[in-house]
Amino acid sequence: MSHKIMIPLFNDEVAPRFDLATDALLAKFKSDGEISERIIVLPQASADDLCALATSDNTDTVICGGIDDEHYQYLKWKGIEVLDDVIGPVKTVIQTYREGNLVGGDNFYIS
Amino acid sequence: MGQQFMLPDLLNEVPIGIAVLDIEGRIKLVNRAWQTLTGVAPNSMQGLKCYLGLRCDYCFKGCPVMADKADFQTVSVDADIIDRTRTKIPIRLNISPIVNSNNVISGYMETIQDIRQVAELSSTASKAYSLGGLIGTSPEMVKIFSMVPSIAGTDSSVLITGETGTGKDVLAEAIHNASDRAGAPFIKVNCGALPETLLESELFGHVKGAFTGANEDRPGRIKLAHNGSFFLTEIGDLPLPLQVKLLSFLDDKVIQPLGSPRGFNADVRVIVATHRDLKKMVQEKTFRADLLFRLNVVHLHLPPLRERGDDILLLKNHFLMEYCNKFNKKIKGFSKKAAKILSAYRYPGNVRELSNIVEYAVNFCDRDIISSSHLPAYLTEQDILRPVAESAYPAQERTVPLEYSSAQSWDDAEKQMIMDTLLKCGGRKGEAAKILGWSRSTLWRKMKKHSITG
Repeated sequence: MSHKIMIPLFNDEVAPRFDLATDALLAKFKSDGEISERIIVLPQASADDLCALATSDNTDTVICGGIDDEHYQYLKWKGIEVLDDVIGPVKTVIQTYREGNLVGGDNFYIS
Repeated sequence: MGQQFMLPDLLNEVPIGIAVLDIEGRIKLVNRAWQTLTGVAPNSMQGLKCYLGLRCDYCFKGCPVMADKADFQTVSVDADIIDRTRTKIPIRLNISPIVNSNNVISGYMETIQDIRQVAELSSTASKAYSLGGLIGTSPEMVKIFSMVPSIAGTDSSVLITGETGTGKDVLAEAIHNASDRAGAPFIKVNCGALPETLLESELFGHVKGAFTGANEDRPGRIKLAHNGSFFLTEIGDLPLPLQVKLLSFLDDKVIQPLGSPRGFNADVRVIVATHRDLKKMVQEKTFRADLLFRLNVVHLHLPPLRERGDDILLLKNHFLMEYCNKFNKKIKGFSKKAAKILSAYRYPGNVRELSNIVEYAVNFCDRDIISSSHLPAYLTEQDILRPVAESAYPAQERTVPLEYSSAQSWDDAEKQMIMDTLLKCGGRKGEAAKILGWSRSTLWRKMKKHSITG
């Protein structure tokens, strides 16, 4: 059973604002442990477009920084898990998520 | 004071959110109000880049700290943040460089203020038929109202034209108030109000000793408008030498005070207004063409009141209410005749004149209805109702579907219109007069004026 996540990006970090991210990483974890990643570049920053991307791609989990309640509730309503307030480099975040240790509010810059 | 104070403790008592950043934009210190507004846990943001803690939209829209600018003046903008309870909060953000004794930037001071209440107030204050102090439902005004928010969002120069009394100043202020610069000053200068020599020092400032009588440094109005908007009204009256200086400022945004070797980089949005025809002035060489091109980025034209249809009724009642409140009077409205006179009048002084007329009437009205005797005498003495009777013909009968593009002026157009109509009617003057919506005598008089025989 594969698992899909979406992370809005700001350079190589989780974007601090969901609604202002123009890039998003879509990662797929296959049951055999293989990961496939692709980066989608949006024509302009839009929380609505990111939500549409998450639902059309059948994303299971969205990992992001700050997200406003309206879009948070929408994603939850669509059955998508949202881990917000996450601060850190994308690689570390994905690694921690794969290990099953990522929770909302994690800050990887503070030890 | 003889006592030592701990700076962080002092900052905690300040009701404005304050963050001190190092030269790389990393958070060194935040006060309690900053923590409360952003919702972060105490000390959890220390050492982090500011954008990770503040999560402000301005971080990604030109923040000089993020852009690593070596030199900038204080920035003041309206922005928004998303706090830890997932609420989007409108804020007023100020960023100032902290300069050390060697005049080198050693860090930044950031302040944030919650402006939710202000935003709510301004949204309830704005009605569907008004913007700032402008009121109207005519298509021309509605078009302007719809354009203002998008124009306000940019820093482009705005040229406002319109007859006297149409509300150019009010529109300029409405643009400023709708922009991110709303918290900063709106400075207005009337180019026609001061002589040339004074105007230069008024606009650009001077240093002590620059000229006889310059006893102290003066910053100049443009510098005072730093981070805000600078409104030059009656730009058509700006003397040519100053036009060059203004053009130079618009080019590089640097003002050179009189007698000062150093310029000042002013972050100012320029709005200008005039009742004059600047294109005609360019042809007459009394206004510089390059300055017109520079200013004419966004052009808004305010229509005269006589072309705004039912807006006269709306404004008349608005001013009646306003002056009744002001003078503590209980006047219900206008008599039929007074309303007819007010609707028929041409208002050369536009909205300002209508306001004055209503103020006069409210002052002199001793009953609960304003009648024609309460209106200023010049309205009732001349037969202003006559044009209404003349225009009583249905519009289609008066309209002559002809092209007058070759006409040089109204006189030419009128002559051509008469000739065309006479041709159409086979020279029958009675029929031509009817089509043109004139009496036979008016047609005869105009034919005589244009030397049309036959």
